Amino acid sequence: MGALTVGVLFSVTLAVMIGSVPIPASEVWRIAVFRTFPELGLVTPDWTGITESIVWDVRFPRVLLGAFVGAGLSIVGATLQAMVRNPLADPYVFGITSGASVGAVAVILLGLSVFGVYSLSIAAFVGALVAFGLVFLLAQRDGVMSPVRLILAGVAISYVLSAITSFMVFYAANTGNGGEVRSVLFWLLGGLGGARWIYLTLPALAVLLGTLYLVLQARSLNALVVGEESAAGLGVDPQAFRRQLFVVTALLTGVLVAVSGGIGFVGLMLPHIVRLMVGADHRRVLPVAGLLGAIFLIWADVLARTIVAPSELPIGIITAFVGAPFFIWLLRRRSVGAVGRAA
Amino acid sequence: MRLEVSGATVDIDGHRIVHEAQLDVPAGQMVGLLGPNGSGKSTLLRCVYRVLRPVAGSVSLDGRDVWQMSARDVARQAAIVVQEPPLEFSFTVREMTMMGRGPHKGLLERDSMHDASLVDGALDRVGMAELAEREFSSLSGGEKQRVLIARALAQEGHALILDEPTNHLDIRYQIDILELVRSLGVTTVTALHDLNLAAAYCDRVYLLSHGRVVAGGTPAEILRPDLLREVFGIHAVIGRHPVSERPHLFFSALEDPDPAGPVAPRATVGGQARIPALEPVVGRTIGMSGLDVRSGGPRRTA
Repeated sequence: MGALTVGVLFSVTLAVMIGSVPIPASEVWRIAVFRTFPELGLVTPDWTGITESIVWDVRFPRVLLGAFVGAGLSIVGATLQAMVRNPLADPYVFGITSGASVGAVAVILLGLSVFGVYSLSIAAFVGALVAFGLVFLLAQRDGVMSPVRLILAGVAISYVLSAITSFMVFYAANTGNGGEVRSVLFWLLGGLGGARWIYLTLPALAVLLGTLYLVLQARSLNALVVGEESAAGLGVDPQAFRRQLFVVTALLTGVLVAVSGGIGFVGLMLPHIVRLMVGADHRRVLPVAGLLGAIFLIWADVLARTIVAPSELPIGIITAFVGAPFFIWLLRRRSVGAVGRAA
Repeated sequence: MRLEVSGATVDIDGHRIVHEAQLDVPAGQMVGLLGPNGSGKSTLLRCVYRVLRPVAGSVSLDGRDVWQMSARDVARQAAIVVQEPPLEFSFTVREMTMMGRGPHKGLLERDSMHDASLVDGALDRVGMAELAEREFSSLSGGEKQRVLIARALAQEGHALILDEPTNHLDIRYQIDILELVRSLGVTTVTALHDLNLAAAYCDRVYLLSHGRVVAGGTPAEILRPDLLREVFGIHAVIGRHPVSERPHLFFSALEDPDPAGPVAPRATVGGQARIPALEPVVGRTIGMSGLDVRSGGPRRTA
């Protein structure tokens, strides 16, 4: 865990250094200290204003957003897989991204700007919550929310909402809005390009509070993974607990998707990679998933903004391209059925 | 700890699965729930360990209604051993057993030395100490049951609830598990399929049929041909275990087309005096115990 924390700091530093204008590590941190505690006078600025702006206004918020989004998606994925006892669950299986997409795409294509610069994020968040509400209602029967019903409801809602998004994109493409269709695609595949300090507070808070809550519930999550009956036998009310988890993970996903779009792979695969490393106990899985998710997304974003520089790739393309083969390698290296832990 | 169920009625999806069930499990006794597939044994147990809330009636531990207690409180008093669908996540045997400490731990509390020694002791008691670092899902059926019992031991409950703990186990493990449970000396209620195992290990048994408790008492009182015919739809002949002197049952089909049965008729069958006069007995006995009750089709969750 300590090594991973160092890894996060290391990754943040390197990711801020790397770019069209390379910046040495010492300057990165001196600028950070200078801007964080300007009144203390700990460092005297000997850099240009442009360098300071690149480091502090552009790269730091972007790298930190990547860290928080990566940590959040990874932890949410691990939680959801436990919650529905299904290793294929991810933050997007419950229709939350599809809902966010409808909101975001509507804003992009219809040019809505009721909330100014926040319009896209707010619309995405509202879309996510609407989808969440629908799935939540559909998954209930006689006040019982079963894992299978939850997945089926999520898949069904996803399809309907994706159809709405596709319809809007198709319609826009037909009317010749090429540029807008491109930004829709960018949003759907996710990206951290829009990161600013002001957009960072909410996702950071959401990830920190959400993680704290989930880590405190790790013991109960373990019990829930073993089964509905066992959970009850171990003092966890499976129904009430699953409802709580659903609300927390949906809100967290909604916030993350609203600021970063639909970044795939992280929430699905990272938890598995973590379990291969540390076993199934969520008291270890959740913190490690958070740290590893942060590192993973920071580096995915470095690739996204450097391989076709000065242009950018949607980060979702990178996460899938880099992550999936690594995951397949990891699976092949060990016996597929009984996935053991690293020695 | 005494476990009582009085007038418990349970509905699932609008269907009444259990009708006004009455159970009394005195402290330290081992009580078996017997009945055909779908008779409501598991459902009744699920309402005891707080998964299904009865629409009427109550379940109490030492006089305290479990539905008035928190899930955690109940889990500190009673532990369960049930079969779950296969685990998709790789917990070790030790981690699985450590889960039994969950109900005793606060949100921020870590596993203490005390917890670790309880877990070690529990694994030792069920003979699984050497496999502590193995993956739970890689164990055999009997080993899994042992680990679940170890988890229940680590949970330090005063009552133990088991749902068909001997299912899918070979005969050695069946005996092994029930001997182990019996030796714990805690208040135990268990659903069982094998009537002879129930006769051998239970202090009392209850017979369930179509969601109703139709009889309760010692195995000798309850395992009677007339009751078994009514509840299971089989012929039963009661003998005695030559060594333990406990009742031992022999079964055959009710409407056997060939009176001789699949194997040659036996001349002597013990306990004939118990058979009601109208029942033709000799020559219908297969002479093997536990053969018929298990082949009753796929197991229902009810």
